[in-house]
Amino acid sequence: MRHLANIYRLGVKELWSLIRDPIMLILIGYTFTLMIYSSATAVPETLHNAPIAIVDEDASPLSARIISAFYPPHFSTPPLITQSQIDPGMDAGEYTFALHIPPDFQRDVLAGKSPALQLNVDATRMSQAFSGNRYIQEIVLTEVNEFVQRYRSATELPVELSLRMRFNPSLIQAWFGAMNEIINNITMLSIILTGAALIREREHGTIEHLLVMPVTPTEIMLAKVWSMALVVLVASTCSLVFVVEGLLKVPIQGSIGLFLLGTTLHLFATTSMGIFMATLARNMPQFGMLMILTLLPLQMLSGGLTPRESMPEFVQNIMLLAPTTHFVELGQAILFRGAGLDVVWGSFLALLLIGTVLFIVSLTRFRNTISRMA
Amino acid sequence: MSDTRQQPAPVVQLQDVSLHYGKVRALDGISLDIPAGCMVGMIGPDGVGKSSLLSLVAGARAVQAGKVEALGGDMSSKQHRDDVCPRIAYMPQGLGKNLYPTLSVEENLQFFGRLFGHDAQERRRRIDDLTRSTGLHKFLDRPAGKLSGGMKQKLGLCCALIHDPDLLILDEPTTGVDPLARAQFWDLIDRIRQERSSMSVIVATAYMDEAQRFDWLVAMDDGQVLATGTPQELLERTGSTSLETAFIALLPEEKKQGHQEVTIPPLPEGDGSDADIAIEAKDLTMRFGDFVAVDHVSFRIRRGEIFGFLGSNGCGKSTTMKMLTGLLPASEGQAWLFGREIDSKDIDTRRRVGYMSQAFSLYTELTVRQNLVLHARLFHVPAADIPARVDEMVQRFDLEESLDSLPDSLPLGIRQRLSLAVAMVHKPELLILDEPTSGVDPVARDNFWRLLIELSRRDRVTIFISTHFMNEAERCDRMSLMHAGKVLVSDTPANIVARRNADTLEQAFIDYLVEAGGGGTGVSTSTGPAQQTNHATPDIPQSSHQPPHRFFSFNRMFSYLWREMLELQRDPVRGGLALAGSILLMFVMGFGISMDVEDLTYAVLDRDQTTLSQNYALNLSGSRYFIEQPPIQDYQELDKRMRSGELSLAIEIPSGFARDVQRGSKAEIGAWVNGAMPQRAETVQGYVQGMHQQWLQQQAQERLGVTVASAATIETRYRYNPDVLSLPAMVPAVIPLLLLMLPAMLSALSVVREKELGSIINLYVTPVTRTEFLLGKQLPYVALAMLNFLLMVLLAVTVFDVPVKGSFATLALAAFLYCIVATGIGLLASTFTRSQIAALFFTMIASIVPAVQFAGMLNPVSSLEGAGRIVGEIYPTTYMLIITRGVFSKALDFSDLYASFWPLLVAIPVILVMTILLLKKQDK
Repeated sequence: MRHLANIYRLGVKELWSLIRDPIMLILIGYTFTLMIYSSATAVPETLHNAPIAIVDEDASPLSARIISAFYPPHFSTPPLITQSQIDPGMDAGEYTFALHIPPDFQRDVLAGKSPALQLNVDATRMSQAFSGNRYIQEIVLTEVNEFVQRYRSATELPVELSLRMRFNPSLIQAWFGAMNEIINNITMLSIILTGAALIREREHGTIEHLLVMPVTPTEIMLAKVWSMALVVLVASTCSLVFVVEGLLKVPIQGSIGLFLLGTTLHLFATTSMGIFMATLARNMPQFGMLMILTLLPLQMLSGGLTPRESMPEFVQNIMLLAPTTHFVELGQAILFRGAGLDVVWGSFLALLLIGTVLFIVSLTRFRNTISRMA
Repeated sequence: MSDTRQQPAPVVQLQDVSLHYGKVRALDGISLDIPAGCMVGMIGPDGVGKSSLLSLVAGARAVQAGKVEALGGDMSSKQHRDDVCPRIAYMPQGLGKNLYPTLSVEENLQFFGRLFGHDAQERRRRIDDLTRSTGLHKFLDRPAGKLSGGMKQKLGLCCALIHDPDLLILDEPTTGVDPLARAQFWDLIDRIRQERSSMSVIVATAYMDEAQRFDWLVAMDDGQVLATGTPQELLERTGSTSLETAFIALLPEEKKQGHQEVTIPPLPEGDGSDADIAIEAKDLTMRFGDFVAVDHVSFRIRRGEIFGFLGSNGCGKSTTMKMLTGLLPASEGQAWLFGREIDSKDIDTRRRVGYMSQAFSLYTELTVRQNLVLHARLFHVPAADIPARVDEMVQRFDLEESLDSLPDSLPLGIRQRLSLAVAMVHKPELLILDEPTSGVDPVARDNFWRLLIELSRRDRVTIFISTHFMNEAERCDRMSLMHAGKVLVSDTPANIVARRNADTLEQAFIDYLVEAGGGGTGVSTSTGPAQQTNHATPDIPQSSHQPPHRFFSFNRMFSYLWREMLELQRDPVRGGLALAGSILLMFVMGFGISMDVEDLTYAVLDRDQTTLSQNYALNLSGSRYFIEQPPIQDYQELDKRMRSGELSLAIEIPSGFARDVQRGSKAEIGAWVNGAMPQRAETVQGYVQGMHQQWLQQQAQERLGVTVASAATIETRYRYNPDVLSLPAMVPAVIPLLLLMLPAMLSALSVVREKELGSIINLYVTPVTRTEFLLGKQLPYVALAMLNFLLMVLLAVTVFDVPVKGSFATLALAAFLYCIVATGIGLLASTFTRSQIAALFFTMIASIVPAVQFAGMLNPVSSLEGAGRIVGEIYPTTYMLIITRGVFSKALDFSDLYASFWPLLVAIPVILVMTILLLKKQDK
């Protein structure tokens, strides 16, 4: 009882400290509003103004038709170049795509010879290379087919493929960007806030004060864990409801309550991590460096940015130990795909386990180092 | 006020000088002439404007209002500052503030010698002279950070004297130094003044007793000058016997209000029984590794006694106190509080102790009332008693007016009372106070002591207090002198003085310290006049005048460069970050940013179950992009498996599929793609469509024996990366990003660090120019970044198997230019940030965001619009990316890429000039 009272009081004190720290408040506000908004809207659609150049050696109505089919926003208006300009242009990175229409193209098409166009793709620009190639194929073939149809009837293909995009029917980047950013920000802020709360006490010398009072290190740590987790939880809920659903009009598929429950488990793990890192760092700058070196791998390798299956096996296995991997998994499942507890219970269990281990490890380290901090 | 005796022209003249920090007024219209050729003392407690005044005189701080003249010229003129700065030496406040702690004594001195343009021989001669005369010669190899406080100050003095100045400015040089080292320090100054009689010395001090030996005094309070004159004049004018009482007498009326001499009623005799003992320590010892911080300390303190602990910084006072509070477990020995052995886990004993630490350490984010209530609650004062208890504390410690203010907005004296109130809120029987009065003015200090005496005599609270003020030590019932972890003597102040036949307590202590070998620095010998003559006092030829100030001196730049390299070499955290960090991040990004869409999981819901439908499914499973999962039974399962993320793709073949195909009527195959990641979904879409077309053609060929040729085909040539793999595409993109981020962060920290630690003052007061300073700072990081670059290329070629196809020389040249740009960006960021954490985050944002979003890493610059496009066009990373991609993937060399070198070449001077313009040669 007395422990609980102490944990509560110390936690309330953390909240007061946070309220009077304008920089942290601005950081929280910024990350859960503007940052989410901007990363949702700033991600360009896959193909935007892709630079393409065309070598037209046919100069026929068909080739003109093909050239005129490329226009913004997907493609830049293509400049017409000569064949010898392809190499230097692509070397200098001026074009990602160079389409070569051979001489007598129209004649060969109409003669049913199925002539070939050549498309050069700068494959160092992975993101445009793939989808751009597909778009160009589609555009060119449609134009050719339509052109041909005027001259002869087309053969209908017997089996149709009906493609349906689940969870995001028109593949809007903003949906993915917004929710992914929320998931990332929860991790980042919870580590920063708890770590900073401990380092601030250390830099102000107040930790020394706490230690001579009748409170135990466990109480001190738990107080920081609950208060900072609460702040992040409230901020992320608001952001989810007002920014993501309200402002960005992203439909959230699953239950927000379930997601918040998962977030709570995740926060238990990450706030413990924050404490652990704060015991390693001797001051704010060191903490900052440590953050960069931990947060980047956590964000990049836990499946939020690129899917886990594209990573090497050993990276995948190591990252199973990170709480973010499971949080990204459950977050995406609930928010994007509307999954329920029957689907995501595995991630919940993993988070609980990792959180407990992290908490015990940090508590042990905190206990051992706290006297040296004062 | 102008009390100047018959002197030649004054060395410093101030006219109506005012200085504000934001809203705080530090100096308020000061006019003052400081006589030349003598030793002038500025006296007054902390925070009255002494340091501000001195930094103005030294030229370290820009003049805001009024006129400051030093050595015959206006200090607001840059020309004059450049001319006289080699003649002024300035030692800022704080132990070793302008020294570099990781550098050795020798290296620090070499650094300053180089800054003032001495050649190697001259430096050697001066360093040997100075260190021999100060007794530092034996410690030339010791890092400055590991010197004792007194030695640090001596080193600071050596660094200040290395260019034989005409005006020596010392800001609180003896604060936190033990009495012996203090006495030695003043002897040293006296000796140097004998050698160089024309030298003027201005000293600020908070120790009034020290001021007695100065020639001329300026008493300051609240940004104003109270009085000037010789010590004798001041004493006579106020009719006091000591300077401290004289100072109090000089204070304006409202400040003195209620001030009266502190009187101490005698301590009632105790019965000597064990019950009467509040603290007992026996052979208390604390070791940190090899270092013995506290060495077998024993004492017994009676209930209600005021027990003082006296000693220099780092002698073990604070460590002893921490052991008594249970903050630190003792390595050896025992201690008892109220007869119970101290156990850091014993929560109950803590409730009987109040502790007030050295620095003000309450929550500055909580109001005065919140602080009191929080502490009352944490000490489990019954909830009902809390309001009454808080009121009582507020009354007793006179805090009514500031009850709802934040501590930061309160004057130091009130904060000190608040600290005491908080320590007393749970009515402890023992108070442990660690240097509670440092920085507090004499009136507030006396008030504070009256409270302590009342607590001790009236409430029988035992008080254990540490201090470095002699007159405070005299007020204790009993006291211990500590030195180097040992208690030298423990007795009543009067007995200690008597035992040594000394005049004052200070004299007695110095005696004890000498006996304990406390000089410890080899200087103890210098107290003997016989040996003094042996010392080669710095016989610097007076005529040796500095060469005229040159715009750029390679020597001064080299001085900073060399210093930066040494520091970098000795700081494993930063060096480690630079090398290990880039490798770790390269691994992470190489593997993490993958555009490969492979190993897609799919499953089939086959409602037809015919050979044809199985053939369709087989077509998919043959692809290297897809991995088949167990078939789906029904829609519900399809839904669940897609929601869990297990399936990226689900194929539904309707019943009657084979029949419809045979009949030639329309059949429709359903494909569900997980659209949660849009970019990936698009790729999947393309794959599925391709496979479908392929199957159709295959079927047509098999069944109808015809080739359904499309009207035209497109041959796609993926250039530079024929297999379209992520790694060959990502690695050349990651190198410019990392080569920007880490070097920029390191170089930004290097300047801000100096700002935070205070050694930036060397830029302000030495002849080094901003260009020399910046280049000296930058070059070591360029070298480090190049090493980074080589490591990353090595990693790319070996681990990631991404070969350098083009000209490596071109790549290396570009990397070199780019490293200069990157470190330049860091330095630019450091000019307007004040804290390391701000510099860190600012640099990170200013480097990562444009580099990732606008420099063409993911989308080419030509695809961007608006502001992003403009940033992309001018940001150097854009061009570095073209070069790395060109060399790595496109097998290009300099003749193909020279156009991209121009923007890098232009960026270097642009950034440097901007940084120089923004960097201030004076503090504002």
